[in-house]
Amino acid sequence: MYDAIKLTYNVSGDDFTRAGEASSDVKGKLKKMNVPPDAVRKVAISMYEGEINMVIHADGGQITVEITKDCITMILADKGPGIKDIDQAMQAGFSTAPDNIRTLGFGAGMGLPNMKKYSDEMKIETEIGVGTTVTMKVFI
Amino acid sequence: MDFYHSVHLDSSLCKGCINCIKRCPTQAIRVHNGKAVIKNAFCIDCGECIRICPHHAKQASYDSLDVMNDYEYKVALPAPSLYAQFNNIDDANIVLRALVAMGFDDVYEVSGAAELVSEMSRKYVEEHPEGKPFISTACPTVVRLVRARFPNLIDHLLPFNAPVELAATLARKRAMKKTGLPSEKIGVIFISPCPAKVSACKQGLGIKQSDVDAVVAIKEVYPKLLPHMTYNDDFETDYVRSGRIGVGWGNSGGEAGGLLTDSYLAADGIENVIRVLEDLEDQKFGELDFIELNACSGGCVGGVLNVENPYVAQAKLKKLCKYLPVARNHINGEYLERAFWDEPIEYTPVFKLGKTFAESFDKMQTVEILCAELPGLDCGSCGAPTCKALAEDIVRGEASVNDCIFVLREFFNNQQ
Repeated sequence: MYDAIKLTYNVSGDDFTRAGEASSDVKGKLKKMNVPPDAVRKVAISMYEGEINMVIHADGGQITVEITKDCITMILADKGPGIKDIDQAMQAGFSTAPDNIRTLGFGAGMGLPNMKKYSDEMKIETEIGVGTTVTMKVFI
Repeated sequence: MDFYHSVHLDSSLCKGCINCIKRCPTQAIRVHNGKAVIKNAFCIDCGECIRICPHHAKQASYDSLDVMNDYEYKVALPAPSLYAQFNNIDDANIVLRALVAMGFDDVYEVSGAAELVSEMSRKYVEEHPEGKPFISTACPTVVRLVRARFPNLIDHLLPFNAPVELAATLARKRAMKKTGLPSEKIGVIFISPCPAKVSACKQGLGIKQSDVDAVVAIKEVYPKLLPHMTYNDDFETDYVRSGRIGVGWGNSGGEAGGLLTDSYLAADGIENVIRVLEDLEDQKFGELDFIELNACSGGCVGGVLNVENPYVAQAKLKKLCKYLPVARNHINGEYLERAFWDEPIEYTPVFKLGKTFAESFDKMQTVEILCAELPGLDCGSCGAPTCKALAEDIVRGEASVNDCIFVLREFFNNQQ
């Protein structure tokens, strides 16, 4: 046995019907593992927001989730446009989502702020034109 | 805690096909040794297996009408969906008088109590804005589902008993006053559209002791009522005590309608209900006051103990409501204590793999490894609904990897 469970998910871009599949799968697994409900909730919400971001802004990407006995680490990596100004992107209500996305009910500018709010640790690595990797941790 | 379950299997009729295991929303059924087995801890009494079983091996238990002989004075509590089973009913009195003609001494409409619950819900939602959105608790299947699978939503459950409980208490009180008989000589008998409500009256969540003495099925009462619905000497008595809001509870959206708010959603059908709960848990939708959830398509009119097609029944109920006043029962600003739960509902993670996190962690690792080995066809031949469910059964010690016919075939091929 290894001391971590590693799960990987491919998130396809521009497909809103499938956005949330990965976070929903992780949520189901965590519940079956007696992870405290509050931690499950934090993972589900922060990961779903990240997943949606990948669909809206980055044409999809890959999510790796690592579960150890004291922590759940989510690594969301995309090859999207990168984030120009992280501080601005972190502001509640700031959004670069185009109008067609907003009419779908997304793009309220709460994605990154919610990811920060619901995860215990968050790190953003981004390069314009190369992509973004967001690493979030929720401690059990 | 082991529950009473109305939904059960008559194994003599079971052919061991895989229809039910595929349909069950909580993956509570397995086929072992050619017969289905319901895992009681997982079952939420939704009745989906009763709908799908081609051999009628899945059944609902409820009381026989003979139970009426056990009491000196019998009060019928008809669910609103009962009215929707008959054609051309423009006055619920036709149904209620027929109940008396078939042997009940009095009737107390569940819809009457539902109107009181509607008023109390309105007051409660207004007084507790921090708890929004509130999830309706009238459908016992939904309550059992939330209890077992949605720990983060338990605080959003509206802490009221289903209207039938309030109806039973009020009906008993009225009967005792009217007849002077002691409580035990009065039979309060609920006429139910579904097995979940049978289970809830026998052993409900949030309630210590139900005031309902017996639960009979709409489909059993139906043929007994028909002969009394053509002519009745008793055409003078007016038994109807409820209005549009109460009777409307029989349809999906009816309970929410009684809240007089636009800020609600109403979902029906167990798969849709689960999807709404999942999304709600992930905070995928914005501010709503109320979430009405009914496990059956169409609402209570879709319950498996009904006779009429749910959507035809919906139309009939709407037509009946058209002629009714808005509401005829009011609380005068005060809560009725009986309407509330006696005890809080607590999260009970029945689907967990192990007793502790450490144990579940190890088991989940094994599940992942097994899932990679299994073919992923979800064929059901092993008796579990999916390959993943088989993997979980294996780590729980309830199945073996050789139950998979593909794994077994490979094993034999390798031996040769």
